[in-house]
Amino acid sequence: MGGTLGLSDDERTDAPSGDPSRKVVVCFDHVTKIFDEAPAVDDLNLEIYEGEFFSLLGPSGCGKTTSLRMLGGFEEPTSGRLLLGGEDVTFQAPYRRDVNTVFQSYALFPHLDVFENVAFGLRRQKINKAQIKSKVSEMLEIVDLPNFERRRPSQLSGGQQQRVALARALVNEPTLLLLDEPMSALDAKLRRQMQVELKRIQARVGITFLYVTHDQEEAMTMSDRLAVMRHGKIEGIGSPKDVYDSPSTEFVATFLGASNLLAGSVTGTEGDCSLVRLSDGTTLRVPTARTPKGVTSVKVGVRPEKISLVESGLGASNLTNVLTGQVRVSTFTGVGNQYLVATPAGVEVTVYAQNIGHGVAPRSGDQVTLTWPVEHTFAVVPMSGAELEEQVDEGEL
Amino acid sequence: MSTELRDVPGARASAKARRVRSRLGRFALPTYSWLVIVYLVFPIAVMVVYSFNKVTTGLQNVSFSWNGFTTLWYQQWSSVPGLTSAFWLSVRLAIVSTLVATVLGTLLAVALVRYSRTKFRGKGAVEQVLFLNIAAPEIVMGASLLALFVTYNIARGFLTLVLAHVMFSIAYVTVTVRARLAGFERALEEAAYDLGANAFTTFRLVTFPLILPGVLAGALMAFALSIDDFVTSNFVSGSSVPFPVWVYGATRVGTPPQVFVFGTAIFAVGIGMAIMSIVLGRKK
Repeated sequence: MGGTLGLSDDERTDAPSGDPSRKVVVCFDHVTKIFDEAPAVDDLNLEIYEGEFFSLLGPSGCGKTTSLRMLGGFEEPTSGRLLLGGEDVTFQAPYRRDVNTVFQSYALFPHLDVFENVAFGLRRQKINKAQIKSKVSEMLEIVDLPNFERRRPSQLSGGQQQRVALARALVNEPTLLLLDEPMSALDAKLRRQMQVELKRIQARVGITFLYVTHDQEEAMTMSDRLAVMRHGKIEGIGSPKDVYDSPSTEFVATFLGASNLLAGSVTGTEGDCSLVRLSDGTTLRVPTARTPKGVTSVKVGVRPEKISLVESGLGASNLTNVLTGQVRVSTFTGVGNQYLVATPAGVEVTVYAQNIGHGVAPRSGDQVTLTWPVEHTFAVVPMSGAELEEQVDEGEL
Repeated sequence: MSTELRDVPGARASAKARRVRSRLGRFALPTYSWLVIVYLVFPIAVMVVYSFNKVTTGLQNVSFSWNGFTTLWYQQWSSVPGLTSAFWLSVRLAIVSTLVATVLGTLLAVALVRYSRTKFRGKGAVEQVLFLNIAAPEIVMGASLLALFVTYNIARGFLTLVLAHVMFSIAYVTVTVRARLAGFERALEEAAYDLGANAFTTFRLVTFPLILPGVLAGALMAFALSIDDFVTSNFVSGSSVPFPVWVYGATRVGTPPQVFVFGTAIFAVGIGMAIMSIVLGRKK
């Protein structure tokens, strides 16, 4: 995960996928939502565990926001069931659900001050005034906005408004907190800061978070688990590391981080590895566990930061894959060098090398050998031409 | 001015023309503005001034020759029996019809903004009728209301006046409130539901306070329309005569100066409200 403000592994809640020992808080059971005859969410099955920070990630129109809105009670599924803490809430009114939402626009009540905004949910529960006051103060403390009680939302900055929106939802101690792209209105620096902050708050309150975003870096930074959605379906699910290292489809491989994808055909297996022959005759090894079953035409993938550039002449082995090529473009980015290397298979491979001062950096035009460990190789089923074109459009969003 | 320009023949003349034009512009707009103000305010000023005029003739009717200053008509404001009761009838009528029209018109506006055509059958028809209601000449409404009440043998009086006034005010309230609702962020209501408020509580605590300025503006308009309505009221008033209808009847025999007193009072209340709304608006 690049040089971003990542969280160390011990800060993440331990959340192996499909663990039967953990309590399921949210369950989508064959949920479909159709808008104007087009499915926005298509037979979605998903379980989210207690205390987890779970992200739904995907381009706009992939169905992630619709899924969230169905949980909030603002949309009704066309078919299927929604379970919340084991209870069927498919058609329950939003004000009866033990769920709170942080809206994309924050939706703070402009005619009420910060205190009354945060107290809004508590006042609906007929809690006595002293208790409301202490709960609101405590929550404003947690989101780092003490002494802001009497301000109006219009007097707050974007980041402060977001904290108020978060406090207003969390103060009700819901079973589940829904967050609908809450960072999209913040600038990049503040966004990084809030990502860490949000994760800290989640760890402190211990509430299950369902986070919807189109920002892959944001999802990877904060999530215990994430799901990549496309066309109303989940294309990949798991911990950020699992989904990043072994993407299940070409879409996931390109949407979540950058990938080099080389088309080839499976020619056989050797030990734990499948052998894939590229168009120029080079054979690459892919762990069989990461190779799609029952297809011969695949794309072999490797992440740009896994590749090392070495001087020519090194041969492939059981543990490493090797490609040769010529450096087209070499760019210094401060933390490292980025190379575009033309390979005989006709694909330009991107390589990130960290700036840790090993020898002379290759220059444009140099012949180089690219190597990477077999364990960092994956293979996916190629997308059709139409799907690829569509993805280019989505990428511009 | 550059030297090149000065060499061109006519440059001096055009500069002069520009100066004249700019001086004209500096005076034309204020002059025009003041003419408009005088045109609009003159009749009201006449009414206010002549409410302080002495009457020398035997019959206490207004005359437009200045006979000297007096506050007698203000002291004897209620000494013309028909006029006073007509005035209070108009006030009661305006209050009742404003309340009814504001409630109905606001609800209608919310329905028109909230529900799509599939959920709200007849939405298009309602919008057309609202427009017709504003556009139709009042004489048509007055005449047809009279025909309706006569046909169904409904006694004309306060009730028929309220019905008529509510009818022509609703559309104005709805249009005003709908304009306010158009910029309303739907997520605010969703946030209220999300925090445990049911539909009624959400309306009471979130929607209504936020559209209140629109509702108040609509109510003021309804009040103003009702208190000075003559055409429709003349048709449907029967024996209970509101202020404008009474004044119209009185002019044929002579207008008592108290009419100017009531007119000035109504005008003063209107000005007071306008100033209040400006002050309150500045505070925010």
